Amino acid sequence: MAARRGPARGPTGARFERRRRAAAAMAEEPPEDGAARTLPSLRQLSRGLFNLIPSVLFPPQENLDAQKTAFVLRKAWTLYSVTPLYGFRRGCLRDYARLLSAFIAAEKQKGLAVEVGVELDIKVALSSLADLRGSELDQAGLLVQLSSRSRASSRNSEDKLLWSGWFCSMFGDDLSENVPENFTCLPLFLTHGAESYTALVGSWFQKTFDCCFRRLAISPLNLSWMVAMWAGYKLERAASAVELVFSMPRLSHPLDISYAIHPEDAKALWDTVQKTPGEITQGEVAIFMDCLYAHFHRHFKIHLSAAKLVKVSTGIASAHCDGIVKILHSQYLPGVLMLLTELAISQIQ
Amino acid sequence: MPQRQSSRTPKQPQRVRHKGQTDLSAWRKGGRIDSEKSLQNHESANNDSQEGSLDQALSYLEKVQNRVALKKNSVLQKHLDAVESTALTQGLPPEGFEILLNVALNGKFADTVNTRLLKSLIPASVIPENSVVKAVSWLCVGKCSGNIQLLFFKWLITVFDFIDRKEQLRALYGFFFFFLQDEKMCPYICHVLYLLTTKENVRPFRIRILLDLQARMGMQSHLQALLSLYKLYCPELVTITLPGKMKTYFRNSEGPWKAAIAAVRQRNQGTSPLSQAVFLGTSRPQSRKRKWNTQLIIPASSSSTNNLREDRQKNGVYLCSTNEFFPVEQLQTFPQLLQNIHRLEFPSQMGSVLTNPLLLHYMNCVKDESIYLRLYYWMGQMLQEECTWCVVDNPCEEEFRSFLETIYKSECFLQEGFSACEEFLYKTLPLWDGVNCRSEVLKLITWIPLSSSSDLKSYIYDPLAQLFFTSSIYFKCSVLESLKELLQNWLNCNVIQVDLELSSLNTTLSGLVNAVAELVHFVGWISTVGLRLERNSSFLLYFILDFYGTVCDMYLKYSLPLLIMPPAGVFYPALLSMDSVNLNQLCYIMYRYRTNLVAAKENEVTKKQMMQFKFSDQTYQEYNQYLTAMVGCLWTSSAFQKDIHPQGLCMDDELLSKTAVKEVKTSFNIVYHPAMMGYSIKFLQQICPDEPTFNFKLIKGKKWDWYLEYLYSQGLKGLKVFIESSISRVSQASRRKAENAEP
Repeated sequence: MAARRGPARGPTGARFERRRRAAAAMAEEPPEDGAARTLPSLRQLSRGLFNLIPSVLFPPQENLDAQKTAFVLRKAWTLYSVTPLYGFRRGCLRDYARLLSAFIAAEKQKGLAVEVGVELDIKVALSSLADLRGSELDQAGLLVQLSSRSRASSRNSEDKLLWSGWFCSMFGDDLSENVPENFTCLPLFLTHGAESYTALVGSWFQKTFDCCFRRLAISPLNLSWMVAMWAGYKLERAASAVELVFSMPRLSHPLDISYAIHPEDAKALWDTVQKTPGEITQGEVAIFMDCLYAHFHRHFKIHLSAAKLVKVSTGIASAHCDGIVKILHSQYLPGVLMLLTELAISQIQ
Repeated sequence: MPQRQSSRTPKQPQRVRHKGQTDLSAWRKGGRIDSEKSLQNHESANNDSQEGSLDQALSYLEKVQNRVALKKNSVLQKHLDAVESTALTQGLPPEGFEILLNVALNGKFADTVNTRLLKSLIPASVIPENSVVKAVSWLCVGKCSGNIQLLFFKWLITVFDFIDRKEQLRALYGFFFFFLQDEKMCPYICHVLYLLTTKENVRPFRIRILLDLQARMGMQSHLQALLSLYKLYCPELVTITLPGKMKTYFRNSEGPWKAAIAAVRQRNQGTSPLSQAVFLGTSRPQSRKRKWNTQLIIPASSSSTNNLREDRQKNGVYLCSTNEFFPVEQLQTFPQLLQNIHRLEFPSQMGSVLTNPLLLHYMNCVKDESIYLRLYYWMGQMLQEECTWCVVDNPCEEEFRSFLETIYKSECFLQEGFSACEEFLYKTLPLWDGVNCRSEVLKLITWIPLSSSSDLKSYIYDPLAQLFFTSSIYFKCSVLESLKELLQNWLNCNVIQVDLELSSLNTTLSGLVNAVAELVHFVGWISTVGLRLERNSSFLLYFILDFYGTVCDMYLKYSLPLLIMPPAGVFYPALLSMDSVNLNQLCYIMYRYRTNLVAAKENEVTKKQMMQFKFSDQTYQEYNQYLTAMVGCLWTSSAFQKDIHPQGLCMDDELLSKTAVKEVKTSFNIVYHPAMMGYSIKFLQQICPDEPTFNFKLIKGKKWDWYLEYLYSQGLKGLKVFIESSISRVSQASRRKAENAEP
């Protein structure tokens, strides 16, 4: 149900119109509980992959400085989608950090005023992640770090990192090519740390740049895409098992089923399913999953297709339907982020 | 913040002059000579003595040289009384303030006298700034006691809006600031500063002093108020989060004056301007705890804290820039909007415009794409996140309902739909159950912009039709009502756009014509089915005909080259309807169709440019068929023979005779029609009150005319215009026919 709406005569003129057309596929983003209501955005998903897969499936190594992005790996990140930031200026990061740290202090001690720029308990650092971007149109990523200032000890002792979050756009052209200049598109936001800090940082960004944050849940269908894609990636060293976690619906006691496959078996299966290297279709993903289901049924007489896929993990990354991901392998970081960026954009539009 | 204050200064029109009452407002013009003259002119005789004694008192007090004790001085006592009584009844003239403030603060009298003097400083009109500045200079000399100083500041706060100018007073900002150190006076000084502060006054060193005070005194509401004002002007220097609960930020410092001033103003002019609340609405009360990122609460308007462009030039050293932007928090009145429209900035969160009519006005004037884009993103996310029928476990229907209502109101205000809302409807109507937030959703539908017909069909019409057929009659009526408004909104927009852009007329017009035609056909279809489902309910029919009341006038009223007749499934139930309201409305609609068609025909002949939008012959043909049926039914009693519509009433005589109904032919004319029977009975009762049985056949010839007059007098205006336009020319012949038809 691609909603390519016709000559809407919105108040906003041609550019706005173009943006809306590019965003046409938004109408089919499924509600959170997925397949029960509408079909998810297969078309958009597969189209994105068609366009970009050659560079993403086998990303050139030199694109990413492994050191600079190392902080991303092996941490559980909570996902949010963010609408474009209005009036964000890359040159003002230091000022933003000062304002944000004063804001956090003021929020923590409601009612007491805080001078901007003085040393506060919580130090805020904002920095650009120049490496975290895909296409030319992508903005460089933005890292926000909160750390507690160690008061007692001397200057050179390290501040303790309390919370970190980063904004990024990996091949988010669908969104960024259509917004005016004073908007900055960084549709994906990932956080690690206490939710209370996420709330403070998020509220400040919402107030300052007039943007909206929403938790980014991952539908079972998108999880199956992930597992199929990631199962097919080559890994040099021995990888951990490919694992799928299902939750049985409508039971008085929660029952999860974990289904683990040897990574080589998974890859072998995927290789037989996939027809054209570098391309993935929804049909192939469905066949891949059906094979796994059939295998499981033969052994346990349980139809997994009736259960809800809640988590997938592979040697590349793991993802939970609540919108939590852990990326394990820096080589495939862009590929994972691209998929997540796409999901975030479809939630925004 | 001169704007806010200038608007606070009373600005009552100065025309009102009551006889026998001092025209005090004349003083406000500032010309003393004028004011004195007017004082003398308008002073009535019985006030003269009092005025005289006030003058005497003032000149006495002005000349007092040495310390005088009150107790032994009856002269002073007398003058003091005079001042007090004048002040309380009429208020004091502007020129009195300098003298009295001088005396009260220079320490010549005891505090009791000074207190009495200060308490009687009630302005009749304005207070000259000069007198206040001089008074402040007395504070520097330190001749008066702390209590008197305190009283003076309380007075200053209360009468602040009566001071005619404030520039010099503002220049004393630093002096007032110094008084903060006095713990007792601090709350009042904060209030004075709050009233005086402009952006230039906010300096880092002052912030530091205030923060020191805060550190010393803890959380104090007066400091919070002043600091949040500082934050408002310079968010890059200081920040504060006010606790959620609203409370008064300044202690009640009205003292003894407020009531007296109000009384004096009431007596002199009618209204009192003394009711400005301190604006500190930085946070709205939240109904319940919610996640930080899913606040359905529409943000309060607050200035953008993102004004770092100045920072670049400042380079660390704060140089006070011009008052470049007017903080939206301070925008309270329409005149303020007009004065500051060139230096207004949209709030940091666009969503807040929805609850601020002034900003909606402003939005209407500013054509900036980013405004709409910001609103689009915010509203889209809010609607998706909170939609009660799409998001599972969303208990707060009430909130969502009021959110939708707010959006609708803003749309009405702006006279255009929001694109985020449109997309939301496209996306969620197919999932809607028709119950959740029913009236709000149906209202929002009325502002769906015109768009391509296939989208409207699959995302709006189809889901609506499903709900329409399966829901109660009330739902059906509401849907029809919404669609009528949707049609009207489209038509209105078209009228405006035709005025705006004549060049692109053709493309937009044909698009509009197609979309409107589709909407009208859709309504015709659901109406036909709906009437059958609801057994031709009069109630439903009323709403259907209401819709056609707009359709029948599209050509003349909205200059849209399109006329669509109602389908037979609507026309015949209306024609044979059991109640006169609907029949009357049908007559009116047919009359308007006629007027429009006639006008179109004439234009077709005279103006060639409308040719491309020629109505199809089918429309005329349909109209004629309906007209024949109507005239045959209501007038000539020949409906069963003459009706040529394929779905019409035409029936064989043979078949009719089988029904065994007597007087079949006349049974739907204006006398026998079920909807008209009530009128004909009443009419018969009036013309032959003695007749026990009703002889309807009496209504013919002259009585037929009387009967018509009677019907018109009963409010059947639609019938009147219909008969006069469509029947009058043949009326003689047809009446004869009608008479002949009756045996």
